[in-house]
Amino acid sequence: MSGSTLGNWLQTRWQSIVAGIPFIWLLVFFLVPFFIVLKISLAESLIASPPFSKLLDWGDGGLPSLNISIDNYAYLWEDSLYVRTYLNSIKIALICTVLCLLIGYPMAYAIVRSQGTTRYILLLLIILPFWTSFLLRVYAWMGLLADQGTLNSFLMWLGVIEKPIRLLYSQFAVYVGIVYSYLPFMILPLYANMEKLDTSLQEAAADLGAKPVAGFFTVTLPLTAPGILAGSLLVFIPATGEFVIPDLLGGGNVLMIGRILFNEFNSNHDWPVASAVAIALLIVLVVPMMLYHKVQAAEARRES
Amino acid sequence: MTQESAYPWREEGATPFISIRNITKRFGNFTAVDDISLDIYKGELFGLLGGSGCGKTTLLRMLAGFESPTSGSIIIDGADMTQVPPYERPVNMMFQSYALFPHMSVEKNIAYGLKRDGVARDEVKERVADMLAMVELSDFGKRKPRQLSGGQRQRVALARALVKRPKVLLLDEPLAALDKRLREQTQFELMNIQDRTGVTFVVVTHDQEEAMTLSTRIAVMDAGRFMQIGEPAEIYENPATKYIANFIGSANLLPVTIGGKSNAVYEVLHEPSQTGFTVSSDKALKSGEEFTLALRPEKILIDKSPLTDYENQITGIVREIAYLGKLSTYRVETPLGITLEVTAPNQVRPKGTGHRIEWDDEVYLGWNADSAILLKD
Repeated sequence: MSGSTLGNWLQTRWQSIVAGIPFIWLLVFFLVPFFIVLKISLAESLIASPPFSKLLDWGDGGLPSLNISIDNYAYLWEDSLYVRTYLNSIKIALICTVLCLLIGYPMAYAIVRSQGTTRYILLLLIILPFWTSFLLRVYAWMGLLADQGTLNSFLMWLGVIEKPIRLLYSQFAVYVGIVYSYLPFMILPLYANMEKLDTSLQEAAADLGAKPVAGFFTVTLPLTAPGILAGSLLVFIPATGEFVIPDLLGGGNVLMIGRILFNEFNSNHDWPVASAVAIALLIVLVVPMMLYHKVQAAEARRES
Repeated sequence: MTQESAYPWREEGATPFISIRNITKRFGNFTAVDDISLDIYKGELFGLLGGSGCGKTTLLRMLAGFESPTSGSIIIDGADMTQVPPYERPVNMMFQSYALFPHMSVEKNIAYGLKRDGVARDEVKERVADMLAMVELSDFGKRKPRQLSGGQRQRVALARALVKRPKVLLLDEPLAALDKRLREQTQFELMNIQDRTGVTFVVVTHDQEEAMTLSTRIAVMDAGRFMQIGEPAEIYENPATKYIANFIGSANLLPVTIGGKSNAVYEVLHEPSQTGFTVSSDKALKSGEEFTLALRPEKILIDKSPLTDYENQITGIVREIAYLGKLSTYRVETPLGITLEVTAPNQVRPKGTGHRIEWDDEVYLGWNADSAILLKD
């Protein structure tokens, strides 16, 4: 192929190439692994390498037979540990989402309302933690919450308590860790949404006789609903499957699905059950994700 | 009860409805409104006119309660409003952006203020319907603001601001977002509605024509102060300063020196060209004082044949013509060394070409002593 025809080809095809790259990326790094996991989840556990049965079995007659078993999923349903863990994960994620919203909403509002440089400094402070590794920040919380850690030492120095109180390896520590880690994911979409809000709408509400609280609930809150939903999903979805925080800050005391998955895979070497846990988690999370997309599409339609 | 005058501001001792007393507003080092006082009377359609940054919007926002004055007080219908929050003022505002609630239908937008006041449901319905009928949008109650045209949104904003029957309606550039034709039509609608409802209107605008058409009185603002307050004709015919003479309409300005006087008519001299003119003035002016002679373009008569009946006459050569249909504007080079702007109605339909004033024609200009005025600044 000569140079000029290659140039021509690129010129006519560049759009499909640009659009194709993310498509291929998703295909290779999401869809293919997904089907591998799905396949393993439908297999039987074996003590072998790899530790699961083959999907296609070439029998004696040379005819392939398909080995599909839903035993793993049935097992998840029958053993109350899994159901309890899923529910517990969802409960923790929901509470954390609400806490992030209650803390993040006023923060986002204050940032939008601040002027000039202050605004950018505040925004920078929200983004700044991302410059340090997530794992390091969670370890830092271990240092803060430990029995001999900063917080207990400080409280003892103040004389509020006489001996250390149990902070680390508790439900409380997990909530602190998740809310701390995911707060920026709540604030940033809220900020983006509130920034577009015309302040004269709030003035109009006041002008028409709405006291500040009434104005907030009738005008500001409904108009920031898309931001609330976006932020909530960005917190809720990853928090449900969170592994590092419950593992490091909750110890063995907090049951979350990420930990169970890790145990099945690493300690029990039961790849098929681990895969089934992962697929079930995906299904649990796909529902809110679809909801999110629906709302986004509706908003896009409204703006056009 | 005494008969209310149509021009209360002309009467001595009439009670103002809105009283702005020595209001100052500073933002940091910047003084947006600088120690101004103003009385507005019931039923007025008062225009606040000025360029951007002159303080007119800040003054309006202080009347609405969105800004609190650094010093001074605002009294509306006898009650001190200076520290009253916006949601407790008997004042409503029509925003420049209209600020319609995008998530509510037209009906709900209009009903919003009534619901906040706890008005009974049936009455809300009735008053919203009345308002929709008044702004001719009865069929649009269920629509969302984004489904309306600019002119329709403007009318919804007006209905929403009027439905609570405020004592004062504040309008921030009410017609700025409309195109020219709609703007002219809406001007008359606004005046009509103001007349029917009897609500006192305070309108902020940067458009002098709009201010002239709408207002009973105009306050011309610059740099946070009032430069002149008066009826439109008063401001046009007797501008207080050169700035106002040029800001409202246009004016030819000539530097002159005062000479002799007879019967309130002064002889003045344009020194660079040593040309004398006559100007009438009620003021006592000293001989030798320097003034600016201001002369509106439409007060000068222009003709191709010599004029006889005018107290001031000069000649000139037409350098530019702007034909505007009903009238034409000529820029005439004169022996004064100054180009004068002259406007004349196109009264006669020209037949052939001989009649019409053309480029480079020699023309005669004339005006009477009372057509011009003398300004100090």
